[in-house]
Amino acid sequence: MSKSVLDLPPKGGFNFDLCRRNDMLEKKGLKPQSFLKTGTTIVGLIFQDGVILGADTRATEGPIVADKNCEKIHYMAPNIYCCGAGTAADTEAVTDMVSSQLQLHRYHTGRESRVVTALTLLKKHLFNYQGYVQAALVLGGVDVTGPHLHTIYPHGSTDSLPYATMGSGSLAAMSLFESKYKEGLTRDEGISLVVEAICAGIFNDLGSGSNVDVCVITKGHKEYLRNHLQPNPRTYVNPKGFTFPKKTEVLSTKITPLKEAVEVIEGGDAMEE
Amino acid sequence: MGSGADSERTLYPYVTGSSVVAIKYKDGILMAADMGGSYGSTLRYKSIERLKPIGKHTLLGASGEISDFQEILRFLDELILNDNMWDDGNSLGPKEVHNYLTRVMYNRRNKFNPLWNSLVIGGVKNGQKYLGMVNMIGINFNDNHVATGLGNHLARPILRDEWNENLTFEEGVKLLEKCMRVLLYRDRSAVNKIQIAKITEEGTTVFPPFSLKTYWEFSAFKNPAASAVGSW
Repeated sequence: MSKSVLDLPPKGGFNFDLCRRNDMLEKKGLKPQSFLKTGTTIVGLIFQDGVILGADTRATEGPIVADKNCEKIHYMAPNIYCCGAGTAADTEAVTDMVSSQLQLHRYHTGRESRVVTALTLLKKHLFNYQGYVQAALVLGGVDVTGPHLHTIYPHGSTDSLPYATMGSGSLAAMSLFESKYKEGLTRDEGISLVVEAICAGIFNDLGSGSNVDVCVITKGHKEYLRNHLQPNPRTYVNPKGFTFPKKTEVLSTKITPLKEAVEVIEGGDAMEE
Repeated sequence: MGSGADSERTLYPYVTGSSVVAIKYKDGILMAADMGGSYGSTLRYKSIERLKPIGKHTLLGASGEISDFQEILRFLDELILNDNMWDDGNSLGPKEVHNYLTRVMYNRRNKFNPLWNSLVIGGVKNGQKYLGMVNMIGINFNDNHVATGLGNHLARPILRDEWNENLTFEEGVKLLEKCMRVLLYRDRSAVNKIQIAKITEEGTTVFPPFSLKTYWEFSAFKNPAASAVGSW
């Protein structure tokens, strides 16, 4: 009896054994599961005191907007945040996992986490899965060595940049960065440039929309500005907004409290074993 | 009808031009394109003029297959010649040229033999400015600012933000240069040899080529892997 096939040690990465069976089922008419994507605009830039990250807030499921106000700027460490584009589950899972690993590392070393640590943990994981974990990330933070901004691609390659954009709206946002970025921006200039770039993504890319989230990280201090700008408010045709119409006039009000169906006896018989 | 006829259909482009960007300004239309013709991933030709005046009132810019662009110029030559032969004091304006090109492109597409181009048609006639676009599948529209190819993704967000009706010539050129610079940075088939053309009620001018200044002195670019050894 050959047991050699069953005795193989478990390998890393995804198990693709069911792919052939799934293809066969699809050919027979089974519709594949759809998944939530954050077709997105995410940006980051380095300004004179640190890093500013920005993101839009639309999550799409194919052609439908599944979440109008999702959070794409994920917490990694008190001094490191990460924006995620691609499959929402993948970006959430990967950033959560690395955030926990960083916390454990902080306990182990007794020091503040460094951005390169998060970078290396993320790129190791993504490379291991050969691009099947579809998470494209913009990682930014300030540690003892200074401010850092990196982009991480689904296959595991990374870039170290002064300004970066990712997601379906990245071209629109990058066109604004390329024309307006300069070194040594102040905090307000940096925030307004990030907001402009995200708005370019929101208004010119169909996969991005709704509001603008901004996160400013400086040495020893961070500011998470959730919904910093809301350029797409819900508008009503009637300037007074929507009010429910009053159909019936109330003539008299009589309130009868409902009687309790069960009487609770204090200190009654104990329940049977 | 056999395999002989099949091999004469356009299946893919060979020598291509990159994006064209055009805007309406106070006195007329401004159009910009670079002068590169790429043969796949090599930059084969560096002096292709992709902006051509058509008749008295129109300017045509093209991206995509250069041989199809030259064919279109021959069609338009014939069109303008026949129009002039009428000698009736009327001349074809940009709207008419746009309509003609739309019909040509759409009909070729229906025969599965497209002219592999995205065309920008701009002009001024009787004081009315017109700027339109038609592409290889026959989609056509007109707007205050248009772009082809990657220009749609990189240049139009800038134009939507910063275009207004009363741009002067200098402001318009500055805006177009801004767009062409972003394209130069981020489009792999772009070339740093730009031509700008303007058309007003008085006539067409295609300016001589020039190159854009680019900035590479960010301190982060000098040593990109300083903070993350092993990346770039």
